[in-house]
Amino acid sequence: MGALQSLPDEPEYRDLSEKTGFSFEQIGILHKRFKQLSHNEDTLRRDDLNTIPDLACNPIRTQIIEAFFDKRNFHQNGEGTVQEISFEEFLVVMSHFRPPALNMTEEQRENIRREKLRFLFNMHDTDNDGTITLEEYRHVVEELLSRSGALGKETAKGIADAAMLEVASISVGHMEPDEFYEGITFEHFLKILKDIEIETRMNIRFLNMDTTNLCNDWRQERPQRQRFEWLERKT
Amino acid sequence: MGLVVEGTALGAPQGSHPEPWVVGSNHSQAGGGHGSSISGIQIVTFKWHHVEAPYLIALWILVAGVSKMVVELNHSLTSVIPESALLICIGWILGGIIYGADKVQTFSLTPTVFFFYLLPQVILDAGYFMPNKLFFSNMGAILVYAVIGTCWNAATVGLSLWGCWLGGAMGDIDIGLLQFLLFGSLIAAVDPVAVIAVFEEVHVNEVLFIMVFGESLLNDGVTVVLFNVFDAFVSLGGAEIDAVEIIKGIISFFVVAFGGSLVGIIFALLISLLTRCTKNIQIIEPGFIFVLGYLSYLTAEMLSLSAILSIVFCGICCQKYINANMDERSVTTVRYVMKVIANGSETIIFVFLGISAIDPAIWVWNTGFILLTLLFIFVFRFIGVFLLTWILNKYRLVPLEFIDQVVMSYGGLRGAVAYGLVAMLDENKFNEKNLMVSTTLIVVYFTVMLQGITMKPLVTWLKVKRAAVTELTLAEKIQNRTFDHMLVAIEDISGQIGHNYMRDKWHNFEERWLCWFLMKPSARKSRDYIFNIFHQLNLKDAISYVKEGERRGSLAFVRNETKADVDFNKKFRANFSEIMPDIMADNMGPDHVPLSSILQDIVPSVCLDMHELDLKMRESEDFNAHHLLQQHLYRGRKQHRHRYSRSHLETNKDENEVQEIFERTMRSRLESFKSAKMGVAPAKKIQTKHQKKDKPQKMPNGNSTDKSKNHPYGDKDFEFSEGDSASGGEAAGGSFPMRAYRAEAGIVNPAFMAEMDPMDNMQQMQQIPHAALLPQTLTSFDP
Repeated sequence: MGALQSLPDEPEYRDLSEKTGFSFEQIGILHKRFKQLSHNEDTLRRDDLNTIPDLACNPIRTQIIEAFFDKRNFHQNGEGTVQEISFEEFLVVMSHFRPPALNMTEEQRENIRREKLRFLFNMHDTDNDGTITLEEYRHVVEELLSRSGALGKETAKGIADAAMLEVASISVGHMEPDEFYEGITFEHFLKILKDIEIETRMNIRFLNMDTTNLCNDWRQERPQRQRFEWLERKT
Repeated sequence: MGLVVEGTALGAPQGSHPEPWVVGSNHSQAGGGHGSSISGIQIVTFKWHHVEAPYLIALWILVAGVSKMVVELNHSLTSVIPESALLICIGWILGGIIYGADKVQTFSLTPTVFFFYLLPQVILDAGYFMPNKLFFSNMGAILVYAVIGTCWNAATVGLSLWGCWLGGAMGDIDIGLLQFLLFGSLIAAVDPVAVIAVFEEVHVNEVLFIMVFGESLLNDGVTVVLFNVFDAFVSLGGAEIDAVEIIKGIISFFVVAFGGSLVGIIFALLISLLTRCTKNIQIIEPGFIFVLGYLSYLTAEMLSLSAILSIVFCGICCQKYINANMDERSVTTVRYVMKVIANGSETIIFVFLGISAIDPAIWVWNTGFILLTLLFIFVFRFIGVFLLTWILNKYRLVPLEFIDQVVMSYGGLRGAVAYGLVAMLDENKFNEKNLMVSTTLIVVYFTVMLQGITMKPLVTWLKVKRAAVTELTLAEKIQNRTFDHMLVAIEDISGQIGHNYMRDKWHNFEERWLCWFLMKPSARKSRDYIFNIFHQLNLKDAISYVKEGERRGSLAFVRNETKADVDFNKKFRANFSEIMPDIMADNMGPDHVPLSSILQDIVPSVCLDMHELDLKMRESEDFNAHHLLQQHLYRGRKQHRHRYSRSHLETNKDENEVQEIFERTMRSRLESFKSAKMGVAPAKKIQTKHQKKDKPQKMPNGNSTDKSKNHPYGDKDFEFSEGDSASGGEAAGGSFPMRAYRAEAGIVNPAFMAEMDPMDNMQQMQQIPHAALLPQTLTSFDP
């Protein structure tokens, strides 16, 4: 995998760095990864992400992949989904997982929390009506449990229903017999998850050193190389 | 650890009394007839020496227990002063009484007793209840503090004291550099018993707690090595020490630490394998845990490895598998017995720490030595923690805050382990042994009492983040799981091998291989985490349902009118109303149920509107309330009712009963479909569909009654050793009103939900509107 093109110039990185908060080295590494995933094109498609082998056994991979193509996560007040994304949008989505800096004011921390929770919310609220309805939540739980196999849709439904009931009781309290609970709004979502310290939990470490080549060479490249060798030998 | 056996057990007196087993002729009144001339048959004899040793042991255990009771009488006192401090005070009082009576110290905490009979169970308890996820995710930091921190403490304290001695601050004592280093190494280690005792009153946040606690457990590896190495050096004499010996010392650290852990892991495997096969001897299953745990301790001790590390890792590694393999009752037994003996041992340790002080013979007062020791351990602890945290924070995702560091430094308590080690020193090699013992005692008292008392106010004053008291909601738990998967996915997408990636890989490996090897097949099926949570919630609801019914005094469980008709999806109601307009009316005959109550079934429930059914019950003569009860409440019998309690969850273990209820309800449902007479073919389709779907559901259902009872701190369910299940009770009580309406969501739940997918049944429903709508409700309308 030596055919990587040279990295873009600094000014582009500077804009991106300001926008997303990553350091130059991190942007460089992520750019390499982007090019690797998109096979050196400028845009990334769903299929490119689907080909990551390790992602195949992740129960919620469709939701994650969808999140990358969801315009709401691009911070540009757009809606709907796109078919392909550029590097900038890729970075913006990744920036949701950046750990907060050490010294932040309470307000900044709160903003970051809202952003991350908004990302989560968007991931669950697939039809973008501003609420997570029972069907959507059921879908979430089903996917989570899909790895266990035997438990099935009915259990997932039961769990989702129970969780929704809890949310209803927490957010709305006692309800009259003819009221009904439409779905979890973003405010309710914030309320339920306020005890989870999401700003510390929903982070991954973006390295400043380039270890991508190490693991990716091992994870992805070898099967292809073997395939080509076999072809060559045949001819 | 190279124990010097002191030769006397705990209860046996020292010194003034003759050997208990030799009944000499100077005891004329007693003695069971050995040696002395018998003047006649004695009807009753006082055979004290016959029972002396075990009697004293039992008596001391009783005394310790009573002291704890006395200490806990006044709760306002214990909330200010930690229990351990009060127990030490009681130990002083008792020691004073005994000294006053005997004029010599007859009882003290001997190293043998401490290390062999009192410490192992405390550590096993710590390991068994360790929140694994939290522990391993912070393992790097914990190891840094345990290894580097302890070495730093030992070196600095030892060297500073030596420096001060050279400077003449301590007057004239017969001691050398090596002895100072040895003293430093045994006084440097943070003590797990003291940490548990003090931190359990102060509920700090979980990361902070696991740091201090984990450090106190893992530093034994270092302490053992340092102690042995310096002890050997002192024996060799200063001249023999060269580079080879030092290198050997360093190597021995790795051997001792990793060897000890390995022994523990091997025993954990043994325990897990054993519990896999103990299905037929469930009554003594719990015993194996304790015996094998103790054996892991002794085995490591025998091989001169770190015994504490061994038993800790034994507890840590086996908890998951034995909780899954063993019967529910055995799990409960293990948990409770573990707590009893750990608490009991802790109490005895502290009482005897107090008693051991009342002995003028051991007291050597050297102001300089003592004060300097106190100063140095305090100061160097702070310096060490801050230094290491500064380094660690560069690599941690979530840096440790300043306040947490302060509490961590302040929480470096020394305790009985230090005392045990110092009491093991050989007087002949260490001329100043008494001085060291006195100093150690004073250090222990200082940390446990003063730092223990001031810990809580300090934590409150510094506004340290406290542990969350409330239980996580189901939604939060689902979100937690989502996070884990999400983080792994993002790491995969960004192409990095990170923490989450590693954890995921380990998880996969563990699920595939370890669980297959170590878990019973039936336990493997019900492993899924979220399902277990759901299951637990259902059980809690069932229990509160029963309680509520009992409270109202009625077997029929009449519920109030204002039920929360929490209808999630208006869509369903709208859809139904289009298709079946005639059923919307509420006033139908006895065997029709209003639509609103049916829609409550969107929330899974066995039977919904009990009140309405109740009315209808009284109307239709052939309805049997008992039959209703039998269907919906499996344990209506007296002897089981009162055993349900908030603090320990007794699940319905009777699989047969569950299945029987299920079959009965299925049968009644089938009959009701037949009686609907809406066309044989579609009705049959639903029947078979239900049968097929429900039968496989039975398996995980029935067998999932034995599930893992984990108390992962990471899920904010952490239970401190005293068991604060009371708070769990209150939390549940608060959410009761909502839970009650889901209360019928009992164990049979997932099976009954089989047919409640309105979307699937839409087609059939259009053809069979009537029958299809009455799946569950008709169970009660059994003619």
